Amino acid sequence: MELDAALLSRLQFAFTVSFHIIFPSITIGLATLIAIWEGLWLKTGNPVYLQLAKFWIKPFAITFGMGVVSGIVLSYEFGTNFSEFSRITGAVIGPLMAYEVLTAFFLEAGFLGIMLFGWQRVGPKLHFMATVVVAVGTWISAFWIIAANSWMHTPAGHIIVDGVFHVESWWQVIFNPSMPYRFTHMLLAAFITGTFVVLATSAWQLRHSEHKNMARKGLSMTLWLALILTPLQAYVGDLHGLNVKEHQPVKLAAMEGIWAEREAGAPLLLFAIPDRVAEKNHFEIGIPKLASLILTHDPDGELMGLKAVPADERPNVAVVFFSFRVMVGIGVLMILIAFTGAFLRWRGSLYQSRWFLTACSYLAPSGIIAVLAGWYVVEVGRQPWLVHGLVRTIDVVSPLPAERVLFSLTLFVLTYSLLFGVYLYFMRKLIRKGPPPLEKLSQQLIGVKASGYAVALAKQIKPEQEQH
Amino acid sequence: MELQIGLPLFYFLLLGFAILMYVLLDGFDLGIGILYPWFNTDAEHDHLMRSISHVWDGNETWLVFGGVILFGAFPLAYASIASLLYLPIMLMLIGLIFRGVAFEYRFKSHTSKVWWNRAFAIGSSLAAFCQGLMLGVLVQGVDADSIASSSLQWLTPFSLFTGLAVMAGYALLGCTYLTMKSRGDIQQKAARYGQRLLLFVMLAMLLVSLFTLYQQPEIRERWFGGAHSLILMLLPLLAILAARLLFRDLGRVQRQFAAEADISIRHESRPFWLAASLFLLAFAGLVAGLFPYLLPHQISFYTAAAPDSSLSFMLPGVLIFLPLILAYTLWGYHIFRGKVEDYEEGY
Repeated sequence: MELDAALLSRLQFAFTVSFHIIFPSITIGLATLIAIWEGLWLKTGNPVYLQLAKFWIKPFAITFGMGVVSGIVLSYEFGTNFSEFSRITGAVIGPLMAYEVLTAFFLEAGFLGIMLFGWQRVGPKLHFMATVVVAVGTWISAFWIIAANSWMHTPAGHIIVDGVFHVESWWQVIFNPSMPYRFTHMLLAAFITGTFVVLATSAWQLRHSEHKNMARKGLSMTLWLALILTPLQAYVGDLHGLNVKEHQPVKLAAMEGIWAEREAGAPLLLFAIPDRVAEKNHFEIGIPKLASLILTHDPDGELMGLKAVPADERPNVAVVFFSFRVMVGIGVLMILIAFTGAFLRWRGSLYQSRWFLTACSYLAPSGIIAVLAGWYVVEVGRQPWLVHGLVRTIDVVSPLPAERVLFSLTLFVLTYSLLFGVYLYFMRKLIRKGPPPLEKLSQQLIGVKASGYAVALAKQIKPEQEQH
Repeated sequence: MELQIGLPLFYFLLLGFAILMYVLLDGFDLGIGILYPWFNTDAEHDHLMRSISHVWDGNETWLVFGGVILFGAFPLAYASIASLLYLPIMLMLIGLIFRGVAFEYRFKSHTSKVWWNRAFAIGSSLAAFCQGLMLGVLVQGVDADSIASSSLQWLTPFSLFTGLAVMAGYALLGCTYLTMKSRGDIQQKAARYGQRLLLFVMLAMLLVSLFTLYQQPEIRERWFGGAHSLILMLLPLLAILAARLLFRDLGRVQRQFAAEADISIRHESRPFWLAASLFLLAFAGLVAGLFPYLLPHQISFYTAAAPDSSLSFMLPGVLIFLPLILAYTLWGYHIFRGKVEDYEEGY
């Protein structure tokens, strides 16, 4: 079989970007939670909050590190593997990414050093500020990259001169039609992902009767958060879906598995096997008229189907169809967990319910899987376009020799597989090790600015730390 | 005409600034990775890592900044250069990945520590070598139409040499950083290695300059034909002066125990600034030869420039945020000022 450089480049980008997004999805939520705990500790003086912050800052640090190193790859991959895309859309995408670096990356990196290593060097308030800045930096970063990505789905504000995109209105480029929905949806997704990582870990700790005070606080807080965030996410997701229907109806048809050019009273398919060749579904199980009701607010409303466009303008239907069901399925599960938790709390048996705690602890990766599935819906659903309706992916890949791309792809697969294993190993290790004990936190060296004093105290504490 | 050139020129200079900042900042922490195998004990390795663990991330951000400025302001150049230098870029990224994660995992590991030491040293060296190699390729010239061919025209004796030279240069920066941030044996060792590296770096700069002048008539013309060649001659002269001072400073640091009287003229921070100024001068010499090209003799900054709407959109961002970035970066360094302490600090 002849190697296809374009396919390999696409695989490589898909693989490296999928790997990358795992980490920011966790750190956006986790940074925010750590900032909240640190703030609550400053406000209430309750050391359990400090314990939570100090416990989670280590998993946060390794996750952040993974996000940084895998993110640098992406900033160069546009040019290395999609040179023609970079050339023609660089004037639109490039400045957005420049703003991301200027307003977010430097900010995160600059204050991360203080957040992680500055406990002894700055006062508690200044340290709290550094943590908040890091958290806000992660949101700003998400803003810009989602703006750039959304523009590729619903391009606006540009003109094309000699095949090159020029910008007429930056406002329209940034706040393009799908951007507000995608940004809100993604930011909520990241908060939920972080929330469920903490929720699952706290449940696991309670299940094993470890660090009970901290685990209870962690579980309680994250369950409240889940109770608010997960239904909100369902609502925002619905709005986002309506936006897709308006701007990318083909993607929506693939999500719903609708083939007929126009279908009135479309069912909500729970399961089906879409067949691109036969242009129909096999083994359909669905709820009649529900898709139309959700998307048009009318049980007999008409939806556009895949056959409305030529076959070469349709995405890989099966990938989009199943990814969408995975995402929604996990979302429903999360909502169920949040409401069950609220019910058990009301009954007063939340911390004793072993089956519930066990169920929660299995949900640690749920947010990440949902985020990945959601992005497959979004990105695969846009194909064959790279910029929807304007630029075909296949036309803008770098004309590299296939073996060169195969070489780099192999390197990335090996490197990332290894690092992912390492990451899971250290996450497990850090979580098993548990938080620093309260007694030690009470003599914490926060804000001991007189350096001689700090050094003496640190030296006194060091032997204890070496014992573990 | 003036105005049309104005914005692209601004971004050309900004790109130069970003590259210089990257080379100086990540230079010293990559340099410490390159020097790493020459330090033996666990305590020394702890010390080396601790001296940079709070800054490496920010330093590396300048690489991303350089990349996105090239992307946003000169899309044509970004597209060509990135795909031309495909393999060196990929290998550099892999190197940066391994050395980057080593910071996080090494301090949390017991049995696997030796592997994180290797990841840090090899990753740093690989990244630095690839950067030097790319520099060599850009200086010697490369055919922009060769993306599709399987040829390895970026792999020449010259580019291999510049790869090694940049490694040595970064290691020198690392030595001078350690001279500033350490005391005792580590400082002594750093100063000693620094002197040797300095000799090699000066020799490498001489060889690279001579080879470039010999190989490229346009650059020869620029350096020796005309009134401004007198000004350009200042660059090597200043470089020799800086190198001389640096060599002496590093020598004095080593004599600390021998002659107490010398202590008054012992500079521990100055070597870093002298090494940085060596890099600055070398970089200025490079730009003087290559201006106005991003890809020598093929893509100049004004042909590659993005439309004005994009350049002026980024302008307020740069003018507002860059000073802020410099300010809080400096503040960050200020907070961690002084010698690195050998106790567990932080989270």
